[in-house]
Amino acid sequence: MTTSAIVMMVFGLAITWGGAIVCFRIAFRKEHQARRLRDDE
Amino acid sequence: MQKRETWGSRTGFIMAAVGSAIGLGNIWRFPYMVYANGGGAFLIPYFVAMLAAGIPFMILEFGLGQKFKGSAPQVFASISKRWEWLGWWQVAVSFIITTYYAVVIAWSINYFLLSFTQGWGATPKAFFFGTFLAATDSPLQLGGVRPAILATTAVTWFLTFIAVFTGVKSGIERMSKIFMPLLFLLVFIFIGRGLMLPGAAEGLNWLFKPNFSAIMDGKVWADAFGQIFYSLSIGFGIMLSYASYLPKKSDINNNACMTVFINCGFSVISGIMIFSVLGYMAQQQGVPISKVAGSGVGLAFITLPTAINLMSAPVFFGTLFFLALCVAGLSSMISLNEVVVAALIEKMNISRKKAAILFSCLGFLVSCAFATGSGVLLLDIVDHFINNFGVLIGAFIEILFVTWFCNIDDLRRHINRTSDIKVGALWTVSLRFITPAMLGFMLVSNCIGDIEKNYGGYSTKATLLFGWSTLFLCILCAMIFPRRDYAFATIKDVNRSFLKRR
Repeated sequence: MTTSAIVMMVFGLAITWGGAIVCFRIAFRKEHQARRLRDDE
Repeated sequence: MQKRETWGSRTGFIMAAVGSAIGLGNIWRFPYMVYANGGGAFLIPYFVAMLAAGIPFMILEFGLGQKFKGSAPQVFASISKRWEWLGWWQVAVSFIITTYYAVVIAWSINYFLLSFTQGWGATPKAFFFGTFLAATDSPLQLGGVRPAILATTAVTWFLTFIAVFTGVKSGIERMSKIFMPLLFLLVFIFIGRGLMLPGAAEGLNWLFKPNFSAIMDGKVWADAFGQIFYSLSIGFGIMLSYASYLPKKSDINNNACMTVFINCGFSVISGIMIFSVLGYMAQQQGVPISKVAGSGVGLAFITLPTAINLMSAPVFFGTLFFLALCVAGLSSMISLNEVVVAALIEKMNISRKKAAILFSCLGFLVSCAFATGSGVLLLDIVDHFINNFGVLIGAFIEILFVTWFCNIDDLRRHINRTSDIKVGALWTVSLRFITPAMLGFMLVSNCIGDIEKNYGGYSTKATLLFGWSTLFLCILCAMIFPRRDYAFATIKDVNRSFLKRR
């Protein structure tokens, strides 16, 4: 595989799965915060 | 009125939405799109389309569904009774798609069974069109019903019937929670082995090697927007229905982003799966990759079986690939069924069980036409017209109506209230200008293309009878159903402030 092909493959995987991972992390963080608030109450 | 069901969990909803978005197109359309439109360079317009149109449209559909808590006709009737027809147009489009989609899944089930013995023989093309389909020369020559296809079509309808019959939480959600992990597992196992094949790296090189001059071509951008649009199940009521089962305080924006990213991510890994095999096939046959690269039915049922024949573990690859096709197809078909069933439940105020039985029986009867000798040709024509016009018209009018005639800022405030990520004015701009401009362009160019020349070289009689007439059916459905209120008479004008221009 040429370097440019490898770069584009990594680019494709990083944007999509990287985006999904960022969304998961935001969701988990918010869920965690909400749970902590509920526990404090 | 019946009590509205809700999803059991956020994960369940995401799985169902992703299951709906990931379909056969991700596996057999996206890889060829990338290859034919500048290789890795295609990913640039593709991701621009994803961010500028895919995510905003998904947020819009999730938001509308969750705010108005109904199927497509109920959502639009809640905004204005005069717009209920748009929902029925989308329901008709979904119904027509289910009738032939079931048959494509039926082919996949047959091929899954055949893959244990490579029952397609040494010449997969001759087997597919001859022995398997007994394809006639013209869509007007019906030919006989193919018993094997009819039987697996019945199995497909039965499986999806079970999902919608048993309800949102115990049917659709439960099935999605099985199907999605299974699909990813199958694809990952396939890739794990596929990448070890000689020539696989060469295949990936052809897929991802960028030709940046392609970005200057307008057609490449139109293809990128088309690919995003078709692969996300937006514009024909699916996401409206699914989001309507979300509880009141559910996240919208982050869920929409997750769905889109996972769908597009799956497309990329599908590309790796398909081109690793095509690279191997090209090397084994000593031909350039352009001779073996393809898309659609030809790729799945002719090229891949040919490649599988060349492999040292054909049963392993064959069963894995066709099971993945079945699972991807079934999860999408369940969502299409839900569009129609949810609309029937709400409009006629009948139970889910009755609606599911009524719809599945009718759907199966229509599907029988696609299980005949002319099925593949009928399917080709109907699919072309319903995708290029039915889906596009529904989505185009929906987006124009909601963004120009409704209080879109009110919807933005509604979705931001409960969402992890907030959307701003850019979301509105993209929905008002970018997405309708691209949809409009696609619609006009499709229209010109089909008026200038009959699609696929079919006769005018065939395109009128099986192509343009499907659009006429959608118009009929959109005109007839809203004429009587039935259970929609109870819809109160609580949402009148949402409609800006009357």
